[in-house]
Amino acid sequence: AALKDGLFSQVSAALKEGRVTPTELCHRCLALIKSTKFLNAYITVAEETALKQAEESEERYKRGQPLGILDGIPIAVKDNFSTAGIETTCASNMLKGYISPYNATVVQKLLDQGAVLLGKTNLDEFAMGSGSTDGVFGPVRNPWSYSKQYKEKSVPKSHSEDEESNWVITGGSSGGSAAAVSSFTCFAALGSDTGGSTRNPAAHCGVVGLKPTYGLISRHGLIPLVNSMDVPGILTRCVDDAAVLLGSLAGHDPKDSTTIQDDFRPFEVPNLTDVSKLSIGIPKEYHAPGLSSEILALWSKAADLFKNAGAKVVEVSLPHTRYSIVCYHVLCTAEVASNMARFDGLEYGHRSDMKDSTESMYAATRREGFNDVVRGRILSGNYFLLKQNYEKYFVKAQKVRRLIANDFVKVFRSGVDILLTPTTLSDAAPYTEFIQEDNRTRSAQDDILTQAANMAGLPAISVPTALSERGLPVGLQFIGRSFQEKQLLTVAKWFEKQVQFPVIQLEEVKRHDNGVFQHQKSASFS
Amino acid sequence: QRVSVEVLDHLEHLALVDFRDSEGVERLQKAIQFADQLHEVNTDGVEPMDSVLEDRCLYLREDNVTEGNCTKELLENAREKVEEYFVAPPGNIPLPKLEERETFLQGS
Repeated sequence: AALKDGLFSQVSAALKEGRVTPTELCHRCLALIKSTKFLNAYITVAEETALKQAEESEERYKRGQPLGILDGIPIAVKDNFSTAGIETTCASNMLKGYISPYNATVVQKLLDQGAVLLGKTNLDEFAMGSGSTDGVFGPVRNPWSYSKQYKEKSVPKSHSEDEESNWVITGGSSGGSAAAVSSFTCFAALGSDTGGSTRNPAAHCGVVGLKPTYGLISRHGLIPLVNSMDVPGILTRCVDDAAVLLGSLAGHDPKDSTTIQDDFRPFEVPNLTDVSKLSIGIPKEYHAPGLSSEILALWSKAADLFKNAGAKVVEVSLPHTRYSIVCYHVLCTAEVASNMARFDGLEYGHRSDMKDSTESMYAATRREGFNDVVRGRILSGNYFLLKQNYEKYFVKAQKVRRLIANDFVKVFRSGVDILLTPTTLSDAAPYTEFIQEDNRTRSAQDDILTQAANMAGLPAISVPTALSERGLPVGLQFIGRSFQEKQLLTVAKWFEKQVQFPVIQLEEVKRHDNGVFQHQKSASFS
Repeated sequence: QRVSVEVLDHLEHLALVDFRDSEGVERLQKAIQFADQLHEVNTDGVEPMDSVLEDRCLYLREDNVTEGNCTKELLENAREKVEEYFVAPPGNIPLPKLEERETFLQGS
């Protein structure tokens, strides 16, 4: 089986029939990780434990008793999920060398199903950012920077200015996970999504990025950013795989009391053929300032696609959309100020040598451990939480949050089933361009289309749609009703089938593939 | 209106994080300016929203001990410890006042 058979069902079948073994798969992924090291997608590669897990999986397949569809499948996990025995750094000096004594619930669930944990992926420090450029281990490079598709479209520069300076970002903050899935080093990855951190890099890296409904998947072991908005995110190469992963992860966790207690029934995504009963909403405010004309055109084409297939497509309004990012900014920094207070050097993580007093030790530890972005958000958050500012900023933002959430309620109540919007304002920017603006400005710009779904707790998915003129992926986003992931994924899968997004053509992958290089010949969507 | 040095100093005390340089202070100024846009929204009669799951009850489990006894594992991650204690420098000593400590704000 070629590495490019990125679909669980195909790999699972190959494993069952013995056409490939879990250890072979694991070895191939590890080798590919090594040869794509320049992407900087991984912070830690857990080679020994992964091979051991693969061996155990192989034993189970030999006995004819695989644990399920995920048994033996190599996956990667964003480095803000606690993994027992494997370093968890959050790409910060504060947690360098930190080894958690327990697994996050989502990690444990994957391991219980026999998945092979290849390693921890790179991110923006403490998941704060939209480029995966601000972690202590350096930026993640978008695999598409090295694709035939991108290189063909690049304006030829002088020899010295080749791909080294031309590479584009992955988006963030789950950039490492997105890059890992996109470059075939794993079959799926976990990310996190607080303001778009799973969907944004998914769109830029040409993979599927699912943000589940808040409360569906346990956050136990996910190092928190904003407790009222964080969710574990799922990154895969196709919608069907996202559904499989969702099925393994969703459900009540007694260790996370913010998970709902309703029974969750895992599902296979139906193959929708008749969309005539569907009502798709196009929120006009998502035609945001800065939206590239290319993406606007793709969005429009997508709407037409649904219309021509018989669905009802209506323009709707979410009037408070433009305040969503401001609201997020206040609530996020406030919750961050609280969540980051636990890092004081006493029980875990970096500890300063300063010994004069507890307070001075804490202050020095935090000065040494956090980067500018994190410190900036802590200070802003504390400002908004000051007694004299609490009503004016924090409570005000909570009120605006309700207005934003109500906007969605009204639209869904009017008969709309799913919303269709762009995921990002443009395709991935070159790194040199991206870093010219500071993190806060960038986040404010880039989160604009993804953020509101976190405010309202709604499920949302980014589906790779087409390549831009520069040969880079563009994704479109579907937002669904609370806990209606089945409907959301059904529509997403139908759309995915229509657009036939092209496979990335990477030299490294070709070299590692024993199988036939798969071409997707159907007409592309652009 | 710019944030006063007193408030900046107060924030450094509360957050136990420093502004480091003028860029850090500017960052806060810009953050406040950005947040001020919230006041354009009319929120009369609107209740603040704590959680999107406000209509549900949080799960509370039975008050039974189900895990624990992991002192050794928990202590492993601490840099300074003695027997089963985390060791901290002396407490109840406030950070030095603005004039007496090394902070960028001194020059402001």
